[in-house]
Amino acid sequence: MLYREAGQFKSTYAEDQQIFPIRQDRIAVAVLLAVAFVVVPLFANQYWLSAILIPFLIFSLAALGLNILTGYAGQLSLGTSAFMAVGAFMAYNFVLRMPWLGIIPSFVLAGLCAAAVGIVFGLPSLRIKGFYLAVATLACQFFVLWALQRIGWFMNYSPSGVIAAQKIVILGYAFDSPASKYMITVTIVAVMALLAKNLVRSETGRAFMAVRDMDVAASVIGIPMMKTKLLAFAISSFYCGVAGALYVFCYLGTVEPEAFTLDLSFRILFMIIIGGVGSILGSFLGAAFITLLPIFLSVASGAFSHATGMEPSHALLSNLELIIFGGLIIFFLIVEPHGLARLWQIAKEKLRLWPFPH
Amino acid sequence: MKRTTSALALALAAAAGFSGAALGQAKEQFVPANFYWVGPFAPGGSGIAGGMIDYFKMVNARDGGVNGVKFTWEKCETEYNNARGVECYERNKKKGPTGATLIHPLSTGITYSLIEKGTADKIPIVSVGYGRTDAADGRVFPYVFPMITTYWSQNTVKIKFMAMKSGGMDKLKGQKIVNLYLDGAYGKETIPVLDVQAKKYGFQVTHIAVTYPGNEQQAHWLQIRQIQPDWVILRGWGVMNPTALKMAQRSGFAREKIIGVWWSGAEEDVIPAGDAAKGYIAAGFNVSGSNYPVVQDMMKHVYAKGQGEMEDKSRVGSIYYNRGVVFALVTVEAVRKAQERYGKGQPMTGEQVRWGLENLDMNEAYLKKLGATGFMQPLKVSCLDHEGGGQVKFQQWDGKQWKVITDWISSDQSIVRPMIEASAAQYAKENKITPRDCSKES
Repeated sequence: MLYREAGQFKSTYAEDQQIFPIRQDRIAVAVLLAVAFVVVPLFANQYWLSAILIPFLIFSLAALGLNILTGYAGQLSLGTSAFMAVGAFMAYNFVLRMPWLGIIPSFVLAGLCAAAVGIVFGLPSLRIKGFYLAVATLACQFFVLWALQRIGWFMNYSPSGVIAAQKIVILGYAFDSPASKYMITVTIVAVMALLAKNLVRSETGRAFMAVRDMDVAASVIGIPMMKTKLLAFAISSFYCGVAGALYVFCYLGTVEPEAFTLDLSFRILFMIIIGGVGSILGSFLGAAFITLLPIFLSVASGAFSHATGMEPSHALLSNLELIIFGGLIIFFLIVEPHGLARLWQIAKEKLRLWPFPH
Repeated sequence: MKRTTSALALALAAAAGFSGAALGQAKEQFVPANFYWVGPFAPGGSGIAGGMIDYFKMVNARDGGVNGVKFTWEKCETEYNNARGVECYERNKKKGPTGATLIHPLSTGITYSLIEKGTADKIPIVSVGYGRTDAADGRVFPYVFPMITTYWSQNTVKIKFMAMKSGGMDKLKGQKIVNLYLDGAYGKETIPVLDVQAKKYGFQVTHIAVTYPGNEQQAHWLQIRQIQPDWVILRGWGVMNPTALKMAQRSGFAREKIIGVWWSGAEEDVIPAGDAAKGYIAAGFNVSGSNYPVVQDMMKHVYAKGQGEMEDKSRVGSIYYNRGVVFALVTVEAVRKAQERYGKGQPMTGEQVRWGLENLDMNEAYLKKLGATGFMQPLKVSCLDHEGGGQVKFQQWDGKQWKVITDWISSDQSIVRPMIEASAAQYAKENKITPRDCSKES
């Protein structure tokens, strides 16, 4: 009843081609953006902003990047955190060596550097696919971290290998409070998510999907393999690079190779698997699941022992959190192998019919 | 499906209510216990957490806190992971009537991440025996306290110790030293000071990185065998240490020639290596043993009532446990000092405790009063020097326990201090910080 597109007529091409063709969707997105940009900064406390929302948004962006590559273009990659590392370190270096550039252009340039690295390590995708490609991108993961650790220039010859990220200053205004850092993150993530949403409906996006579904057929109908695959790697790495830069500048506050281990690559891969492969919304849902659930479990276990007065050993609690987390992942994959985004789709279908299912 | 969501929402709501519950109580001093109880480094994290919390319990039970202000704490699992560490810090920083008193991040990486946040939130970052060395320059880092001994100081003592064993500083010339380190912020920290010392004393140093977490060292020890060094410096953590000792045994390298840092010198580091650990020497800024009055008091006031943190009571008095007690001693005395100035019997804010830390003077007489003579070294912190001690004892594993083999050996500040000041000045320049004028501090 509420969610029905009957009666919404489209009389121009522009109306037919808009990103969200259904009016209710447009309203929902507008409300969501209003909440993200106005309500949250006004009402969320520091803990929510800097420990929950900022990392959630940053990982959503990284998952979005991987989803473009893996979910839309069908190229499996384990190099996500390496691309993030490139973005993070290059952003640090651009800010350090060209301070007149400003932070946003530095982020863009850092993303472009990550894109360049992505193209180089995407070259094997022209010959190999599937798990073999994943192994080839694994090389990227190891090589990039090795280079960042061994080549002093990247870390400005810091002895300990950990450097403090610079302060974010735009037009003389220092973004140092959690709320302002959140605003930067949410702005960048919202813009890039909208761009991604647009991208996947464009000719490029359709070419990606054609390659994903069957690359031989795609090349037969005239989709250039090399250009499409490398473009997918470039765009995906750009997203990851920007996410990496945000991660160190807005969340961690330090730039170090250890923040970008293989473990992180896997986590981002799990995000898109749980959230939904080939779905923009899925990237956000998956990031929420993987980053926030452990935190909630840990807070909830604290609340539990607080409320009941029982104090089980903390080692037990910590291990229990990991067990529950693992169990939930398996549960969700069994219940919905297509990811959380699919659940949302099913809900939408049901809403269309509700309250008269027959 | 729906049930799961609502269960999640419930947990969320409970969590939100919970974080607000701690507010509104007075006469309490809140200290975050952000440590780790799972993962490859759990032995260190859980031991230190236990020692620190048990000491707080003891102070609460024996003295009723500091002038009536009782200590409270809340645990948060960081998994020795920076992202989790930052989250735990954010979660705990506002709890208690005055917010977090200070924070022990117990990870060099997390320390680095918190330097700016702590400075902005006015919460002292106390990294006892780890963390960012150049933060010892309190003019540039007012809120960071790499107390007791930094890695660089500790390293100069190690070289001194090697010289003592070889028969004088001049004997170091031409010697070969291998620095086997865990590849990460913690492991890399001593590379510059070793290079400076190598030049000064004429020894050769080879830095060999071991990838995290360090349970794979075949190639590294092959390389060490080729170099045939006079000494191996072990900068390991967790599982890397017993692995290194076992590999040393297999490649026939004398364990008496391996000198570990204090994060490589606990019972948990040598017992898994079994026989291979016998003779191994490690530095330490605290000693093991439970026959110190301070530990005895904890047995009496906490463990006798069955309220101890450690499930395995035999770990009380171990190196890590005692280190946690040192952490707590510094914390409690800093609060006491702050109360002397800002009001006895009042909970102190992070800013006030910062003053307490900076004016901490724990001399021999003071330590005697605390029942910690010989348990830790005398400590005098100042605005200029946030390290305060800089001494190290060496201990050797005899197969059953750690035997202290030297007295406190002082570090060579003529090497360390200029490096600290140069590095801190560089940081100040990069981050546009104007160093404080210490003569104007009171």
